[in-house]
Amino acid sequence: MDAQIMVVSVKAIMISGRTLGQGAACEAKMSPDYFREASSCSLSQADLRGLGISPGENLEVTSEHGSVILAPQEDRGLDPGIIFIPMGPWANCLVGPDTSGCGTPQYKGVHVEVKVTTFPVLAIRELFGRFGRTRT
Amino acid sequence: MIHEDVICSFCGCLCDDIRVETNDEGIVKVKGACRLGSSKILGHGPGHGRISKPMIRQDGELVEVGYQEAYDRAASILKAAKRPLLYGWASTVCEAHEEGVLLAEEIGAVIDSTATVCHGPSVIGVEEKGLAGATLGQVKNRADLILFWGCNPAEAHPRHMRRYSSNSTGRFTPEGRKGRTVVVIDVRETRTARLADRFIRIDPGTDYQVISALRLILAGKAEILGDEVCGLPKGMLVDLVDILKKARFGAIFFGLGLTHSRGRYKNIDCALSLTAELNAHTKFMIMPMRGHYNVAGIGQVMAWEGGYPMSVDYSRGAPYFNPGETAACDLLARREADAALIIASDPASNFPRSIVEALAEIPVIQIDPYENPTTLLADVVIPCAIAGVEVEGTAYRMDGLPLRMRKVIESDYPSDEEILKEIRESARRLGDDH
Amino acid sequence: MIIKGGVVYDPANGVLGEEMDICIDGGVVAEAGGGPTIDARGMLVLPGGVDAHSHIAGPKLNAGRIMRPDDGRIGTEPLRGLCRPCTGYTVPNSPAIGYRYARMGYTTVFEAATPIIESRHTHEELEAIPILDKGALTLFGSNWTVMECVGEKDLPKLSAYVAWGLRASRGYGVKIVNPGGGEAWGFGSNVKGLHDPVPEFNVTPAEIIHELARANERLCLPHSIHLHFNNLGKPGNYTTAIETLDLLKDIVPSRDRQAVHVTHMQFSAYGGTGWRDFESKAPEIADYYNKNDHATMDMGQIIFGSATTMTADGPLEYANARLLHQKWSNHDIELEESSGVVPLVYIRGSPVNAVQWAIGLELALLTEDPWKVLLTTDNPNGGPFVKYPGVIALLMSHKRREEEMAKLPEMLSKRSVIGSIDRELGWAEIAVMTRAAPARVLGLKEKGHLGVGADGDVSIYEIDPREVDPGSDPALVERAFTQAKYTIKAGEVVSRDGEIVGIPQGRTFWTDASVPEEDMARLMTSLKEKFEKYYSIQMSNYMVQEAYLSRPVAVRAGVEVAQ
Repeated sequence: MDAQIMVVSVKAIMISGRTLGQGAACEAKMSPDYFREASSCSLSQADLRGLGISPGENLEVTSEHGSVILAPQEDRGLDPGIIFIPMGPWANCLVGPDTSGCGTPQYKGVHVEVKVTTFPVLAIRELFGRFGRTRT
Repeated sequence: MIHEDVICSFCGCLCDDIRVETNDEGIVKVKGACRLGSSKILGHGPGHGRISKPMIRQDGELVEVGYQEAYDRAASILKAAKRPLLYGWASTVCEAHEEGVLLAEEIGAVIDSTATVCHGPSVIGVEEKGLAGATLGQVKNRADLILFWGCNPAEAHPRHMRRYSSNSTGRFTPEGRKGRTVVVIDVRETRTARLADRFIRIDPGTDYQVISALRLILAGKAEILGDEVCGLPKGMLVDLVDILKKARFGAIFFGLGLTHSRGRYKNIDCALSLTAELNAHTKFMIMPMRGHYNVAGIGQVMAWEGGYPMSVDYSRGAPYFNPGETAACDLLARREADAALIIASDPASNFPRSIVEALAEIPVIQIDPYENPTTLLADVVIPCAIAGVEVEGTAYRMDGLPLRMRKVIESDYPSDEEILKEIRESARRLGDDH
Repeated sequence: MIIKGGVVYDPANGVLGEEMDICIDGGVVAEAGGGPTIDARGMLVLPGGVDAHSHIAGPKLNAGRIMRPDDGRIGTEPLRGLCRPCTGYTVPNSPAIGYRYARMGYTTVFEAATPIIESRHTHEELEAIPILDKGALTLFGSNWTVMECVGEKDLPKLSAYVAWGLRASRGYGVKIVNPGGGEAWGFGSNVKGLHDPVPEFNVTPAEIIHELARANERLCLPHSIHLHFNNLGKPGNYTTAIETLDLLKDIVPSRDRQAVHVTHMQFSAYGGTGWRDFESKAPEIADYYNKNDHATMDMGQIIFGSATTMTADGPLEYANARLLHQKWSNHDIELEESSGVVPLVYIRGSPVNAVQWAIGLELALLTEDPWKVLLTTDNPNGGPFVKYPGVIALLMSHKRREEEMAKLPEMLSKRSVIGSIDRELGWAEIAVMTRAAPARVLGLKEKGHLGVGADGDVSIYEIDPREVDPGSDPALVERAFTQAKYTIKAGEVVSRDGEIVGIPQGRTFWTDASVPEEDMARLMTSLKEKFEKYYSIQMSNYMVQEAYLSRPVAVRAGVEVAQ
């Protein structure tokens, strides 16, 4: 049996994209359903084990462009080293503004680091809170 | 009341066989649509995000006002701006799009659609190579080989496979799924991949090399390649080309896996080239899986009205097209747009965060039925009737086929078309200061 | 209004260069009238131009725009006066199409080909074109229902389908393009000739053409079938042209017009066996037209410079793209048609292009009767419509032709007879080819002439036909036709000295044909099956709805309609 190694952070490639749940709730973006879908992320079983995450903990994902906290999920369809996040404002904390001269940012293939955190996932209004316009 | 053959207003499939039941209160039942469409058509009432009245932000708070005041404020914001941006468009009908172009011409704005964060690279690819395509009915009736590359219809276009592609039946495809080979190429094993006959997992950012390798093999130059291409054994790719060549009619569907990854439009250019080259051997077509139900429509309208399908800058009086310079994200990233009108879209959710920061610095007018993160940044909010449910109008399917969206219930809200017309009228009344 | 003292050419009414007044009242030509006066003394006055075959609206034109932002930049014009911003040279935006035709004095233009299931798109674009009256010709030649009816030899059901298809598309007439080939192209092949059976359907192009012609006449449609031959663009294809024309000799027109209109004949008048021995067979075609009266044609003249080919002849476009190493768009349309778009450039140095250039002119000059030849470039396949004035100058001036030929490869004289043709067309003949004949060929009774009751569409050119010898002054001719002094549409001045001063919304002509109920009922049974099993949309969402035509003119026709 392999020795258990506690890994502090995992390097991964972030892919953001559509999911059924995200699509079904995309016209109700302020709703709990949307929050649940779009503020989660998926990793392989191996990566989650390697991170040593416990129930109730979240993941802090960081790219050169920013950082975001997400609720973890397991997806057996992912190879180690890939993190999938449904498209939306949480995923976009990690996406940069460069469009490589074609107008389209790079939403897939972003290099990130993932670590365990006990901090909570920000609700949607909090995510936009520091823009200074939200008072409601 | 039962409405038959209603056209769904969610994704680019534009399924037109939906059955909607309404009563005095509104829509009570939706039959035949997928989860995405049902959710869209059933909708969300007040208390679930539907904006009830126009609002203007005063001292940081959104305060309810009348429609005319909202139109006038929107018009004065747009007229005062040097480089206003009119963005979104994908989830409303073409009649509204035409008003949008007229407004852009009137005030000298940049008009751009959500395509620039979606299939914009596909548009650019088409400008390089053209597109060998067909309507979805051709796939249904003829295709014995389906290749999904970088797309996940099981989650983004749920009825595509049954209605149009892998699981459909047609004149020359009576066996349906059994008579077809379905290949999926993606960086992860998606729900779609699990339905494939053959799934090839590739590393992120390697689409261009893999497609190029396929083209080399197709051209009879496999010997140039090493034993592996981006970790894939050459033999696997040679097999794949063989499968493609043996098809009677091959259909390639591709999605954001190609447009959003490293290479962007060059990935599409490569895929379009592969398709054209396959036609020397057998019949092949390719199609982008358009996400929103009428993102194809805004592209069509902008092209016939102004010559280009997206990212058009009217600020000099003549249409100027240069994605990379005139696309919404570019303008905002360079802090060049000094006001924005956001319609039928939610850029606050869908743009990179630093670009949302730029959007937050400028006056924003939002036309939408529902509250969303863009509302949190907006200075003027104008609620509208829901196109495709409460308003009739034209939409273009992902293959370019135009349909007329039906109206299934009445609404007290003005349509997008009416709102844009009013804003334009108001702008005109403010006088000419070119 | 009264147009006073112009030199009028109205060949349909036998007016050939008479100094006279034209009165317009209530939008139509009248015996007498009041209102504003236009001083047209010393100027050429013609009925408004009629273009019977031009690609001005619809899916393939827009595909052309989208794939050619390079073309957009060439014709950019800013917002000015009444004019919205314009773009494009071979594939202009919709507003530009209206303004640019109107500036040249054209007032009626017909879209050459609309696929039934996508005709909503065609009409959205037609609506976006200002000023012009218009219509669209509906594609039928590779259609499953058509081929099945032809195979079953069921003329009543075929006629019912044509009537239904015209209504579903709000189309004006029957367009046939490389019949059968569009279906073969569905699996990547083509039909090789008139008697090559279409795979899976086992009818031949000859049968499709002949039976559609019969259905056309059974329905008493205003226009004849409008035909793009099989084997278009291939060296040696003139034999297909003549064979096809012979096939239709027994068709009795139901109206006072031709039995078949052949479009862009230039592309089908080729001799030789390949590109090396490629030569003109225009003399043979013209000879045929001089000996037979059942057919008309339009030129399909090529213009040196940029062009965008777009046609329902899908396999042809694929071949073009491979030959020219060009970008290629293709669009096959379920159960109905195929299409393709390929940009290209016609160059003077190319022997092939030089011969093509000669062929278009030879067709017009060697056919004796100008009523049989319409002036077109198959815009934008041969070149953009804004170049029509140059074509007029070439037809009217031997000197201009010589100047042009001096820039072309010498071998031209061995592959065509253009150098030996002295004939110069006169004002009357040009008036026929650009107004009177297109209107008559299309069956538009109120267009193309200035008799009482005609639509008040008039073009006034700043050139005195009594003073100018077009043969020796082609530059003056070209300049005059490039910009009308006045273009009048339904009695309203829309263009003056090249400036657009009026942007009325034009009307859209379509043909509403009736058939016996039992024929329609039989058709419906088989159509319902098509929608249940094969189409990707529902029948209830298929037809073009009324909302798409703001000013429709439904021309009545049908099995019971009397002449």
